Amino acid sequence: MKKIYVDSIGLVGPGLNGWAAGASILAGTTSYETAPLVIPPLEVLPPAERRRTPMVVKLAIATACEALANARQPATEIATVFTSSGGDGDVIHEICDSLSRQEREISPTRFHNSVHNAPAGYWGIATGCHEPSTSLCAFDFSFAAGLIESAAQVCVHDYKVLLVAYDIPYPEPLNGARHIGAGFGIAMLLSPQQSESSLSALDISLTSNAIPVTTLMQSELEKFRANVPAARALPLLASIAKRESATVITAYIGDNSLHTLVTPC
Amino acid sequence: MQPLFVRSYTTANCVGNGRDALYKALRDRRSGLARCAFETVDLETYVGQVPDAELAPLRDDLKDFECRNNRLAQLGLRQDGFEQAVVRLRERYGAGRVGVFLGTSTSGILQTELAYRRRDSITGALPADFRYEHTHNSFSPASFVQRYLGLTGPAVVVSSACSSSAKVFGNAQRMIAAGLCDAAVVGGVDSLCLTTLYGFNSLQLVSKNPCRPFDAQRDGISIGEGAGFALLEKADASLANDHLALLGVGESCDAYHMSTPHPEALGARIAIQAALAQAGLGTADIGYINLHGTATRSNDNTEALAVKMIFGDKVPASSTKGWTGHTLGAAGVIEAIISFIAIEESFLPGSLHTETVDPTVEICYLKNNRNESVQRILSNSFGFGGTNCSLIVGRMN
Repeated sequence: MKKIYVDSIGLVGPGLNGWAAGASILAGTTSYETAPLVIPPLEVLPPAERRRTPMVVKLAIATACEALANARQPATEIATVFTSSGGDGDVIHEICDSLSRQEREISPTRFHNSVHNAPAGYWGIATGCHEPSTSLCAFDFSFAAGLIESAAQVCVHDYKVLLVAYDIPYPEPLNGARHIGAGFGIAMLLSPQQSESSLSALDISLTSNAIPVTTLMQSELEKFRANVPAARALPLLASIAKRESATVITAYIGDNSLHTLVTPC
Repeated sequence: MQPLFVRSYTTANCVGNGRDALYKALRDRRSGLARCAFETVDLETYVGQVPDAELAPLRDDLKDFECRNNRLAQLGLRQDGFEQAVVRLRERYGAGRVGVFLGTSTSGILQTELAYRRRDSITGALPADFRYEHTHNSFSPASFVQRYLGLTGPAVVVSSACSSSAKVFGNAQRMIAAGLCDAAVVGGVDSLCLTTLYGFNSLQLVSKNPCRPFDAQRDGISIGEGAGFALLEKADASLANDHLALLGVGESCDAYHMSTPHPEALGARIAIQAALAQAGLGTADIGYINLHGTATRSNDNTEALAVKMIFGDKVPASSTKGWTGHTLGAAGVIEAIISFIAIEESFLPGSLHTETVDPTVEICYLKNNRNESVQRILSNSFGFGGTNCSLIVGRMN
């Protein structure tokens, strides 16, 4: 694929509050301190929508907002790719629990929030953006699949794409069948052209052999990478934060690997 | 954007298994909808159910994927020589060069619904035989289909409610144009489950009768289930130019409401215009429109408005939900397949169960089947979250 450019990043994870602070931790300049996940307040959604917005939607939108704010880009003209390993476990739990009872009553709001593209839907309502938006899932490989789809859109359609990868832990009993280590959101604004705001260039290719993936030096961050599908983006973000030239290997479906050659701009 | 050849296609849904069963049902005006007797559902409604007896156990090496949704996928893959067509392209390009891009809205969630009834009475834990990854997870159908067909390349699931399996045609275009694969299996699978039946019912969007798209008295959807697949390949200029092809894809967002379409049909119009622009076609080039036509008051009103504003009242248009019901995440591909059949057979399906067309609908709405040769068809798919996708399929030239 052609080279693409990272214009800005959004990062919301436990102890990783925004790209500026997170980049310094990922670069090793500041040490990581354990903290609970804090989702920044969402000014973009009308109060009525904010109230009924599930946490996973708030996480995805807050992360997306940060990336656009960092790039000083209005949202209205940017295509989006949302990707998550499974979406909203809380709403799935509530629905399956209700359906296991005699009355089988589902709230209409809960039902429309149960679609995998709920974050994309609320993003549209929040921003008024009519550009194409897709909502992907590739289980543990959802970040890699989202990056490939975004890069393909940037290269083929020659427009900017905002990639948003996010996951939140499932409640019990789903957590017993599918464990996600933490809530995590990562957004990248990707562009076909280099500009003053470009952080790094990415040259992405696929290979069909499984080779060892790039991991993180800091053990707490490596734990996130291993236990949260969206956090599989962290080694790529670390290379960008360090402003280094490196090849980042990310596991992709089956025995495939995603090679991302990162070059600072 | 380069057109993509449609090398093979197939479907299994409530009207029957395979392309010819679907064509025959369309011709004979035989609906697949019947009074709901699915599982323990106690709603008064009609559904488009594939008989349980048709849903054979999964192939021995893929038992981990056992669930209704993947059984339905397998039933689809076994029709129309589709598997053999995939094998030919797999041998030509390599297993890693044929992508799998599928749509689903609820995947195998029925498995989780059933598991919740069997939670441990003390710990609340789900039963040990419950396999989230292989059944409920949205990626499950793509993972299953990839293994079933022996493919090892790029794969992803688009889960954008009822536009899912239309949008995957766009994924195939981009992945092939970017050089990441040479061919792709696209499609969608959605199966009956309590979540969608009780969920749409809670929104008062489910009809008590077989759905009546665009009828003045329409009162909601009939939920269906189905699988549909198409095998797409990069175009080869040396081949006959009357080959069936994907000509254009248009995607947009309403940016209006989670479950109500934009009142001026803005998102729908953007998607239709984008598909025309990508195909390099004008409105006069479109011979028939397969409408999303769910038979809810609001969808049909706004979709008619979009079509009227762009095409006026000259292009014949109809919804085929009266046959299949609304197959949700599989609707996009099943209606693309109906469009392929319409082109190959010079046959336009007139809306089933529609008695009196809503007088506010000012488009050329087809009530009766028509024998007419068309070269290019527009097919619309819209979904919750304000997601819209329009496809244009037709002969290459």
